[in-house]
Amino acid sequence: MNFDFSEEQKLLQKTARDYLSENAPLGLCRKILEGDEPYSRELWQAAGEMGWLGAAIPEKYGGAGFGHLELALLAEEVGRALAPIPFSSSVYLATEALLVAGTDEQRERYLPGLASGELIGTFAIAERRGRPTAASVQTTFKDRELVGVKLPVPDGDVAGIAIVNARDDSGISLVVAELDARGVERESLASIDPSRSLARLSFQGARAELLGAPGKGQELADSILDRAAVLMAFEQVGAATRAFELTKDFMMERYAFGRPIASFQALKHRLADLYVKIELARSNSYYGAWALSSESAELPVAACGARASASDAFELASQEMIQLHGGVGYTWEYDCHLFYRRAKLLGLALGNASEWRDKLIERLDHPSAV
Amino acid sequence: MDFNDTPQEAEFRAAARGWLDSNAERLGPDESPTGMAEGQDREDVIKSSQAWQARKADAGWACITWPKEYGGRGASSIQNVIWNQEEGRSQTPPNVFGIGQGMLGPTIMAHGSEAQKSRYLNPMLRGEEIWCQLFSETAAGSDLAGLQTRAVREGDEWVLNGQKIWTTGAQYCRWGMIVTRSDPAAQKHAGITYFIVDMESSGIEIRPIKQINGGKSFNEVFFNDVRVPHANVVGKVNDGWRGAITTLMNERASIGGGGGSNGFRELMRLARETDWNGRPALQDPYVRQRLADFYIRSKGLQYTGYRTLTALSKGATPGPEASIGKLVGAPLSQELAGFACDLQGQAGSLMEDDSSWQSSYLGAPGIRIAGGTDEILRNIVAERVLGLPPEVRLDKGIAFQDIPSARN
Repeated sequence: MNFDFSEEQKLLQKTARDYLSENAPLGLCRKILEGDEPYSRELWQAAGEMGWLGAAIPEKYGGAGFGHLELALLAEEVGRALAPIPFSSSVYLATEALLVAGTDEQRERYLPGLASGELIGTFAIAERRGRPTAASVQTTFKDRELVGVKLPVPDGDVAGIAIVNARDDSGISLVVAELDARGVERESLASIDPSRSLARLSFQGARAELLGAPGKGQELADSILDRAAVLMAFEQVGAATRAFELTKDFMMERYAFGRPIASFQALKHRLADLYVKIELARSNSYYGAWALSSESAELPVAACGARASASDAFELASQEMIQLHGGVGYTWEYDCHLFYRRAKLLGLALGNASEWRDKLIERLDHPSAV
Repeated sequence: MDFNDTPQEAEFRAAARGWLDSNAERLGPDESPTGMAEGQDREDVIKSSQAWQARKADAGWACITWPKEYGGRGASSIQNVIWNQEEGRSQTPPNVFGIGQGMLGPTIMAHGSEAQKSRYLNPMLRGEEIWCQLFSETAAGSDLAGLQTRAVREGDEWVLNGQKIWTTGAQYCRWGMIVTRSDPAAQKHAGITYFIVDMESSGIEIRPIKQINGGKSFNEVFFNDVRVPHANVVGKVNDGWRGAITTLMNERASIGGGGGSNGFRELMRLARETDWNGRPALQDPYVRQRLADFYIRSKGLQYTGYRTLTALSKGATPGPEASIGKLVGAPLSQELAGFACDLQGQAGSLMEDDSSWQSSYLGAPGIRIAGGTDEILRNIVAERVLGLPPEVRLDKGIAFQDIPSARN
């Protein structure tokens, strides 16, 4: 039994943690949240130089060629730092989409840029309120031209390419569109977490090309989302753990009724429950990482467990963080709201926890699966 | 990251498997060992259990983590897990020695006299003598150190008076280990003495407790002027709390491990086969959400167990983290069984011969209390795992006899 990361992998994680605690304190997240800059260009560039963006990209496409276990640990650190960079959109979604479905030519064209950070990618699926299905997709792809509106698109204001699902003659297909081309309009949208951007992308006959086989868009999107779900779960677990630690530290320092508030059972039991919830999410995420890195047939089920439990854990951690801080937790000045906002944003980015629970039962619903 | 044994673990597993295959029947992948069935004659179960234990002991496979001098093989924690896994895949009698071998034996090794070790440990290992733990009292459960059973010294003997409760197997045990109040004028934890007591002594009365599910696994044990030789004190007089902690630590370690089947597969089948608003319950969105949540929690526990095993495999010893297993698992079993009853609609209240969900629902509250309540486990996680400060206490710094123990 070796259900753990290797020493080399942990060393990579530690290097990332050290770098981020030095160069990406929570003040950096706050700076992006309060300022006009859409993301930290400096951190993004550094992440490219250190090989984080191309961790799972083979070396022949300009990546670091580490693998998905390494990428999962980097995602955890990005989560811990609440790093204000388009990591999830570009790395878990656009990069994975190209790795899963891209032709060799497409990979050669885009992956080196995604690995270095010169190119940012995203995945544009949602079109309006509600849970999207194949039947609800209104964006069309005809004669190599894309028509329709996608919103919200995470980091769509800064991305150079978007993977888009669209209706064509064969059903739903995935296409890749260059966003600086003619026929694309983008508009920044106000985000519940302004340290991470959201945008509306309007395609008015924009040129795009197929990614993967025509008519296979739904299956491909599901498979890309499964991969992203595992990586996002690590980012969420990382952020939840940081929220937990900061809350615990505060409760040890804060006195009320003549003693540290961490000594009250009514509060320490909540902290214990939160710890347990995060640990179970971490364990589910580990299993997801194993399934992802070993190309296991378990991945569709493992991804659901990782994603749903990590979303719930981070959301609870961010809520408890404010509640257990009391009044100061509700101030703009304290960092609690950075976590609260990020938890909601990440929790919705790939579909909410209920959607993943529903998907889980769908995938378990044949007698041999459980 | 993988789920394979290391070469050394694989070698150990092969040795264990080899011995088990020539001494017991191997179970199929979907079979589990038969437990003690309701109505089965207890004497028969104990005899078969003892026969199996003696066979293991002769071959060096009993209490494998114990030192060789007491009959064990000095095995590591991960080897013990491997042995338990393999033994669990064989058709073997239920083990009725767990309390002695898992908790009391290690306590005697840590705190007992040389005479006690040489007299008691080997017969315990061989299953020749069965042991019980006399800890809880009617007014001392979670607050075990509030125990009031009195021990008064008379020459070379001690005289015990009081009542213990929740004692598993008291009727068929040869020996018990009992914590008593030896000095009520000392502070709470400083006036406790730990004894080995002969369960055949005169003055001991055992009454079974009927539980809410109708079972009778536990007993009340009354002590009326029971005389215990001074040689039976474990550790030092008035220093028994130290030994009690050792026992409780071992209890938690043996409860841990976590994971495994808790009936999720059966619940899926029930949801598939039960009609709910004209369609299978499994298609109902609320049912799907609940089922998914059960699955995710139970898998989270199982994979947390894998992480613990990995740490053991690298040489760690089991710590208070093991409390998570029971803290998550016990309420989960209750919720799962309760939801399975709900899924059956009004018929869910029927108590029939094959009503395993209903039985499980009636059994579940006990699991949330035995061996540390949910609340005590949260304290352990908060204080021992996370390092949070303890609650302010009103029972410190004063004599035990002056601590308020009732409203008046």
